[in-house]
Amino acid sequence: MYKRKTNIWNNIDWLTVVLYLILITFGWINIYSAVYNDGHQSIFDITQRYGKQLLWISASFILILIVFLIDVKFYSFFAYIIYFATILLLISVLFLGKEIHGARSWFVIGNFRFQPAEFAKVATSIVLSKYISSFNLKIKKFKTLFTIAAIILTPVALIFLQNDTGSALVYFVFILVLYREGLSINYIFIGILITALFIASLLVDKLIIFFSIEIIALIIFILRNKNIKHIIIALITISLTTFIVWKINNLFNYNLSFYIVNLIGLTISSIILSIIAYWHKMNYIFIILGVLYSSIIFSNSVDYFFNNILEPHQQKRINILLRIENDPLGTGYNVNQSKIAIGSGGFSGKGFLQGTQTKFNFVPEQSTDFIFCTIGEERGFIGTSIVVLLFLFLLLRIIYLAERQRSRFSRVFGYCVASILFFHIAINIGMTIGLTPVIGIPLPFFSYGGSSLWAFTILLFIFIRLDASRLELFG
Amino acid sequence: MDIYKQRKYFIQIIFILVGVVYIIRLFALQMVDASYKISASNNVLRYITQYPARGLVYDRNNELLVYNQATYDLMLVPRQLTSFDTTNLCNIINISKPQLIEKINKAKHYSYFKPSLFLKQMSSVTYADLQEKLYKFHGFFVQTRTLRKYPKKFAAHALGYVGEVDKAITKKHKYYNLGDYIGISGIEKSYEKELRGKKGVQIFLVDVHNRIKGNYKKGKYDTSAVAGANLTTTLDATLQAYGEKLMQNKKGSIVAIEPSTGEILTIVTSPSYNPNLLIGRIRTENYLKLLKDTLKPLFNRALMAKYPPGSTFKIITALVGLQEKVLYKSTQYSCHGGYHSGRVTVRCHYHPSPLNLIHAIQYSCNTYFCNVYRNIIDNSEFASTDEGFKVWRDDVTSFGFGNKLGSDFPNELSGNIPTSAYYDKYYGQGHWSSLTTISLAIGQGELGITPLQMANMTSTVANRGFYYTPHIVKNISNKKSIDEKFFVKHYTKIDSSYFPIVIDGMEKVVNGEAGSTARIAKINDIIVCGKTGTAQNPHGDNHSIFIAFAPKDDPKIAVAVFIENGGYGARWAAPTASLMIEKYIKKSVSRKWLENYILNCDLINVQTQDKHME
Repeated sequence: MYKRKTNIWNNIDWLTVVLYLILITFGWINIYSAVYNDGHQSIFDITQRYGKQLLWISASFILILIVFLIDVKFYSFFAYIIYFATILLLISVLFLGKEIHGARSWFVIGNFRFQPAEFAKVATSIVLSKYISSFNLKIKKFKTLFTIAAIILTPVALIFLQNDTGSALVYFVFILVLYREGLSINYIFIGILITALFIASLLVDKLIIFFSIEIIALIIFILRNKNIKHIIIALITISLTTFIVWKINNLFNYNLSFYIVNLIGLTISSIILSIIAYWHKMNYIFIILGVLYSSIIFSNSVDYFFNNILEPHQQKRINILLRIENDPLGTGYNVNQSKIAIGSGGFSGKGFLQGTQTKFNFVPEQSTDFIFCTIGEERGFIGTSIVVLLFLFLLLRIIYLAERQRSRFSRVFGYCVASILFFHIAINIGMTIGLTPVIGIPLPFFSYGGSSLWAFTILLFIFIRLDASRLELFG
Repeated sequence: MDIYKQRKYFIQIIFILVGVVYIIRLFALQMVDASYKISASNNVLRYITQYPARGLVYDRNNELLVYNQATYDLMLVPRQLTSFDTTNLCNIINISKPQLIEKINKAKHYSYFKPSLFLKQMSSVTYADLQEKLYKFHGFFVQTRTLRKYPKKFAAHALGYVGEVDKAITKKHKYYNLGDYIGISGIEKSYEKELRGKKGVQIFLVDVHNRIKGNYKKGKYDTSAVAGANLTTTLDATLQAYGEKLMQNKKGSIVAIEPSTGEILTIVTSPSYNPNLLIGRIRTENYLKLLKDTLKPLFNRALMAKYPPGSTFKIITALVGLQEKVLYKSTQYSCHGGYHSGRVTVRCHYHPSPLNLIHAIQYSCNTYFCNVYRNIIDNSEFASTDEGFKVWRDDVTSFGFGNKLGSDFPNELSGNIPTSAYYDKYYGQGHWSSLTTISLAIGQGELGITPLQMANMTSTVANRGFYYTPHIVKNISNKKSIDEKFFVKHYTKIDSSYFPIVIDGMEKVVNGEAGSTARIAKINDIIVCGKTGTAQNPHGDNHSIFIAFAPKDDPKIAVAVFIENGGYGARWAAPTASLMIEKYIKKSVSRKWLENYILNCDLINVQTQDKHME
């Protein structure tokens, strides 16, 4: 036993620990600067956010210690219990939680606020690692995929219900983990296709989308089937049926729109082609047709989804990101002011405590979601690029560590940590510089707030702990 | 074993790609695009102008003529507006609700963040009322400005007025911003630079709610306002007030100058207006009213009206004659009811004959000066009429006629002394002679002289041959002295030895035996030297003109009086000038009957009555 313990301490990846400490120190300095005022200069003043954050940081160190003391097998062994406990918390916060900024995602006990959604990421990561590391599991079977989807989407649904869209969206980043563990690349393509279709449906006329989908389907068909005769038959069938439908429409004055005419044409021709394909046992045609029709249905339902299901503020954020709407004083105000603050920092920034945009509240949520503005304004390009590089270094380091694990559980968990951090960093920094939509999620180790700091700390240090014991764990 | 190991590269590439894209974006934001820096300072820096107090204006005896009165502008920052009791505000500042809404929309249209002028110049009463309740109206604040006040209510044209600068001015002069005041006429205009002082600026940092959070860089770039300089004018407030009183119900002008300095003691334009009408909120409205007034109260007659000088010009004819040696003290001409030469006849009134120079001035004999004039122009020493005329003109203009005198008024006119070129053009070269232009001898014809020029001429005669450029400011509080040019003696082309002869004649005009033209101007123990004039006026009754200085030795005051449509010079102008002299030298007027005679003279309403009768 004794020998093992010393091994653990020796095997800790101190580089990652140092990176963590640098980020957390820099983060605290920025919170100090963001909320600094002349009246309260003591860094221990717990009426101020920097004072409180110092408290949260101290508590994090205790958490780290606890994480290190807990046996590595604990997570794997209690994975489901941890997960279900978290789910219970997520459910109970819906009833017992307090609504803050329109999201019912906080437990409030006295002065202390606690956000279960932050810890749900840890629990989901653990259970996902546990499940994927089950013996000889292949992420191919429908049942497997379904289970994984259930694991991920249950907290997502609950967090959506809390009206905390940002935290819910984080869970979609697990697709990276799944991809690493063997999820077919097709799912990622489907993901990209869905996103592209979603954006295109909002931006472009549906007729253009229709033809684009049709042409893409044809190209895929051509790629799969090098037989020119088949291709010509397919083209003639589609053109001919569409032409006939168009003629009939004109002849009997049905007054169908051009879009409908093409749709009917395509439907009839695809029925004809299906029959031919069935005879020739060309089953892949059905997959192509399936994708084609789902795409068409999807693009048509986007409009409905966007207009009837999304909340106005969500519509607005998407509109602004897609440049459909320009409203520098409304929703775009945050992003605009954020860009002004960062842009005004220049090369070397205005100096510590010298930021004017952040100090005088032009930037909203400057100590939480928009903390990156303070870095941009006071530290300039030097500061921002160093922070981005530090994060990048941390992410790559985690991937490197994950890849050296012998245990699949540890590797999957490592990827979970990297992916979650990546999503938070990319979306948070991206929104302050106007590259991603404004999704209210914190910047790891920088944003003010105990729950998120602790969740990221636990997440990272469980992995460091797993890595330290990598020689003991197998399978 | 792990067939998917290669996939880590894809994930690493995604991470690196995002990192690189973000750094490029940050580089573009922070290093390339400078517009964010400008937006940032627009966000946080507020430049608050510190308006200096405009300089005060005093008369020569340190009586206050112009001062500043505080007024209160209501300002609005639309972004800070919250819902408030509109009826309450409307009642306090006395506007209607639609007006209120319109003003708010106007302010919003200008800027959401910048303060804009909501209501100009509230009275101190309104301000006192509002101040108590201002906390209820978020986004509103009060800015103190000053307005000019004229306690004496006179000398409107001389003092001038201030108004807000327009866009053209702000483009031309960087000092001014929209909403600033600038002198538009009179002293306010010509001494604008001295009076305005220097604006200061305080740079504040403001937060998103436009609340001031402190000084920018601890006030390193702040400048404090420098108050404008005070001006001491040459005006004598008592005399100016008296002059304006005498000119009531008359059109015309009085200009009085201290000959020994060129200081303008009084400059009256009538009809005038109360200078307090052209300040602040009421200015535009009143200005339009004054502009439409048929009596043209805005017209500055003292500087801009051109009158033929009439017989007062005989003084000049005499002096030029003496200088050009075609006239001597003893030269006599006889007069039989007028001057006749060829088809030309210049009529003269009855008086003894023949007359020498002094008596010719005393009786204002037309014939005499027609002869003198012809001798000047047709002098055998000169080869041609043209040459003679040029000599005459040079001598005449050396009195300051035909050119701007260069006083410290912004809108002086040069008047008109015809040139030979003018006659060449009018009659053809060689087709005009001394006889053609004979009316110049007695101050009629193409001569155009402003009251200021006339007073300056009188002052020149009083000085026996020189003048100081007339000016209205004698001291500027922050400068050692006024412009040097006002201390330069301007000599005429007439030798000073010729002046006493003419002055003797002018003495006789007032103090001579019966038949002298202006005995009405005589003051018992002051020797007044004067000359009457009657300017022919093609539009109506002749203008009554009188010039005078007194005392004869060491003159203290030279005065020129023009009363439009007043008939003979002796009728209204001479007694007015005489009263002015008495008032200035003796400080009080003993001839109450004469004073009443002038005060009761109403040439404006009589005229309109006549018109009604027609």
